[in-house]
Amino acid sequence: MKSLAAIAVNGFRESVRDKVLYNLVLFAILLIGASYLIGQLTAGQDIKIIKDLGLAATSVFGLFIAVFIGIGLVAKEVERRSVYSLLAKPIHRYQLVLGKYAGLVVTLTVNVAIMALSLYLVLAYMRWGVDPMIEASWDARALDPALLQAILLILLELMIVTAIALFFSTFSSPILSAAFTFGITVAGHYATDLRNFQDVVDAPIAQHVARAVYWILPNLAQFDIKSQVVHGHAVSARYIGLVSAYAVVYIAMLLVISTVVFSRRDFK
Amino acid sequence: MKSIAAAVVASLVLLGTAGLLQAQRERAFPPTDTPDDEVLIASPTALRRMTVGFNALAADVYWIRALQYYGGTKRRLAARAPAPQPPHALAGTSDYDRLYDLLNLTTSLDPLFDIAYRFGAVFLAEPYPLGPDRPDLAVKLLEKGMQARPERWQYLEDIGFVHYWYERNYKAAADAFARAGDISGAPNWLKPLAATTLAQGGDRRTSRAMWLAILQSADVDWLRHQAEWRLQQFRALDDIDVLQARVDAYTKRTGTVPRDWQSLVAAGDLRRIPTDPTGVAYELGPGGRVRLSSSSSLLPLPVEPQRLPAATP
Repeated sequence: MKSLAAIAVNGFRESVRDKVLYNLVLFAILLIGASYLIGQLTAGQDIKIIKDLGLAATSVFGLFIAVFIGIGLVAKEVERRSVYSLLAKPIHRYQLVLGKYAGLVVTLTVNVAIMALSLYLVLAYMRWGVDPMIEASWDARALDPALLQAILLILLELMIVTAIALFFSTFSSPILSAAFTFGITVAGHYATDLRNFQDVVDAPIAQHVARAVYWILPNLAQFDIKSQVVHGHAVSARYIGLVSAYAVVYIAMLLVISTVVFSRRDFK
Repeated sequence: MKSIAAAVVASLVLLGTAGLLQAQRERAFPPTDTPDDEVLIASPTALRRMTVGFNALAADVYWIRALQYYGGTKRRLAARAPAPQPPHALAGTSDYDRLYDLLNLTTSLDPLFDIAYRFGAVFLAEPYPLGPDRPDLAVKLLEKGMQARPERWQYLEDIGFVHYWYERNYKAAADAFARAGDISGAPNWLKPLAATTLAQGGDRRTSRAMWLAILQSADVDWLRHQAEWRLQQFRALDDIDVLQARVDAYTKRTGTVPRDWQSLVAAGDLRRIPTDPTGVAYELGPGGRVRLSSSSSLLPLPVEPQRLPAATP
């Protein structure tokens, strides 16, 4: 456990050294700039649009970190040949994989937390001085704590994407890993279409294949509750619980496969 | 340190040179304004799929595009002199022909986008050249909103408003107000408004009551200002009626048409030069007709709808 934590902390430090947190500056500039411009353009919808923009930016920035850092987690160590010195130490291969994953999850969590805080700060600034009657008419309060539900599910989705990237990173090159990860992430958002494949195709085999792929692919569409939250529609704790449990189980499955693949890999 | 300063200066000089070259090129080969009002993807389903995971943000983009398109077209038409008056049937297929598509895409990408339905309906219903003069599309958009959010009585109130104000269809307006009043949580003035509209549609008092109701329930600045502006117009219409009666009485009494307000003030018919609710003096036109000053922000005054014919037993 100690080794795993050490690898995780080292992974986080490495991402800080790689200037990953610089994206937060871009995020802040984007939100502050948008908060000024959007007020002039949107006929009173600035709070809604800042929420949409903030959540979408959190998701996109996080996705880029998850994919581009995730694909290098193991592959970079192999490329640099630093994996030899690592494996010579008294650690198991699974600890290396899990530690690397945990390090990136910490990086993502710190990023997402700071982005959420920035979003709330910008919203607080935009709410300042607004007529209470106007505020009462908004679908949701400017500083609605329910935004955190959407942010939590974004983080869980990013954790799945990181696990996918890590999985490919254990046996493939970074470029292919990025392509595969993006492909599965996009497909994961359309997973629901596969479930209804029988509506458009008559061939039973194709239907069965589509149904099987539906259950195998990560269903990422279920993590998107941004619109409901922005419009103040309640998302039940049961839904959040089920989706979170799905994420945990799916990530566990990917990590198990990743550790097995990495453990069996021959570095000679 | 010296080398950094030199690099900064060199970069600034190079950037400035690039800017000068660009300005030179623009003078020699002026960039042509390419119209950016095309709706390249007209299918809401296709757009929803393309923006998967970011539908709400895409809806925001389309909403901003719709606002810019509407505002830009309105301003372009206002700049023309005199204002164009195409046949009613052509209005919706000419200058504002992309407006409904943009609003439809916005509300398909984000079916909960309240303001897109409500403002969009007003934009669509506005008479040409202030809008495409398509109250039918306004009602269609609001009906779509009702399907997405059946609890929003405001959409039915707006449908009633469109029927009342733009179509002069008081029966349809009363039906919509009554339907709105049936929705749980709707304010209790909707049912009386439905009854008044049915009985006295077209009456200035009814119109005023409707705008007052809109003002009281307005949840966005724009709508509130619009309602305040309309109520000021009604006050101006009332003022004009009263002033016209005084001018007519003066004319009858003296046998001459007053040339200015001073004549009426001197005769004791008025205490001072009358001003409209925005503080601009009314004008006395040829033949002693009272009217708003051409510089009044209350122009154009609404055309008063015909009153409903008396109910036949």
